[in-house]
Amino acid sequence: MDRELDMTGKTCPVPLIETRKILENMKRGDSITVTVDNETAVRNLSKMAAENQIECAAEKTSETSYAVTLTMTDTSRIPSADSASCTYADKTVVVLSSDKMGEGDDKLGAILMKGYIYALSGLERLPSTVILYNGGAKLSVFGSDSLEDLKLLESQGVEILTCGTCLNHYGLTGALGVGSITNMYVIAGKLSDADKVIKP
Amino acid sequence: MPEKIVFCKGGGCTAKLGPGALSSVLEKLPRPDDPNLLVGFQSSDDAAVYRLTDDLAVVMTLDFFPPMVEDPFLFGQIAAANALSDIYAMGADVKTALNIVCFPDTWDLNILGRILEGGLDKVNEAGGVLAGGHSIRDTEVKYGLSVTGTIHPDRIYANCGGNPGDILILTKPLGVGIVCAASRVGKASDKALSEAVGSMTTINKYASEAMRKYRVHACTDVTGFGFLGHLKEMLRDGCGADVDTLTVPFIREAAVYAREFIITAAAERNREYLQKYTEFMDVPFSMQELLFDPQTSGGLLIAVDPGDADALLSDIEALGLPCGIVGSFIQSPEKKILIR
Repeated sequence: MDRELDMTGKTCPVPLIETRKILENMKRGDSITVTVDNETAVRNLSKMAAENQIECAAEKTSETSYAVTLTMTDTSRIPSADSASCTYADKTVVVLSSDKMGEGDDKLGAILMKGYIYALSGLERLPSTVILYNGGAKLSVFGSDSLEDLKLLESQGVEILTCGTCLNHYGLTGALGVGSITNMYVIAGKLSDADKVIKP
Repeated sequence: MPEKIVFCKGGGCTAKLGPGALSSVLEKLPRPDDPNLLVGFQSSDDAAVYRLTDDLAVVMTLDFFPPMVEDPFLFGQIAAANALSDIYAMGADVKTALNIVCFPDTWDLNILGRILEGGLDKVNEAGGVLAGGHSIRDTEVKYGLSVTGTIHPDRIYANCGGNPGDILILTKPLGVGIVCAASRVGKASDKALSEAVGSMTTINKYASEAMRKYRVHACTDVTGFGFLGHLKEMLRDGCGADVDTLTVPFIREAAVYAREFIITAAAERNREYLQKYTEFMDVPFSMQELLFDPQTSGGLLIAVDPGDADALLSDIEALGLPCGIVGSFIQSPEKKILIR
């Protein structure tokens, strides 16, 4: 299938968004030729193609016109903008047993844990569940630096479970900001049923 | 029945001419010869500074652009905060401001009224006085201010004065350009837009006053050339920068929108210009885009003595916006910026 899209007069991000909508429904071998009127749009479309392993060829067709042809290959992928990221086909559980990552300097540990949760939220494939207990329970309460990133994970389909006993112990009952409270039976079950358990 | 007004077509600091285009024109102009001009256009600094007496200099800047939000009052506030920012980046105090207005004469003048009210609101907050202005008819709306401030000639914070070892602190989160672009195409969440607007309407007065208590060696504000563009302007000969993206403050949803390629042409122009000066080490695409994203009314980027970094960061954190230590200056003969 060869499509055409005229984006003359449109400024970024419009050409990118409109092209992407069509790409979402394209299969291997399909191509789309997008007409734009500025070189910056050409470069942005080429960047989008490169990031998603889509073949891209651009040519200047007149003083103020460029044609950018994108062709889907075997390895091209264009996740739908509206759907959640894919999670692992198997059950991967991330366990956060502390609000710090690694040992040595606690201040660094807190920065690292914040960075880990943020980086996790941006991965192509996400875990099915994140379990937080002991010091980790402090990450999912209001006021936590990682609350927004955990919410981002949850919005993409990841289950966020925080140990209720731990919240009570730290005086944080009622302060949970994301996901749900769980108990040791569920935690034990999730860990046993998991195909992979990750503990950073 | 008036036709639907398209207020916002891609404005704010995305409307700036690219850094490459601008510098190629400016370098052809003859350099000024007046020893009282303490800061001129050669160093791409935030504002011009002219010495009047041994202890008084005037600081002058101007900024104006098309709208980046739909609401006229918010637009006025943001444009004013953006213009005032350059005064604060120099470490100066705001004294007077003049309106710069472009407005279609077929439009409802109440819209202009709301824009000017927004601008006045921020000039008042800055402790300055709005003293007049100039307006012309135009096919699209543009608004901003010409601002004058004062400073002691020995207390100017140039953009270029840091040393290897200095710690870099950013006082506001990145990503407002991306969020505004997403909003234009109907893809921004209310939360993301509210965070972006909250950041853009915050004037840099408080951060500027906080930094004056410490050994700050250089300061600029992050606007149209993006974080990396303005960081590059801070580099002296022999000095490069090391950026740790782990602690760069940014609006979370902006990273998600960047992954979906809701990015601007201005960001691409910034990226193209900075290619030879930047080296990315395994940094995801979305974070790269955040670092090139043009910011409207962005935060201050401060180079502070390492001994004062934690204390200054604490003071900035107390102001309530996401902020952080983003890296440091390093020795680098080629003035490279390493980003990891």
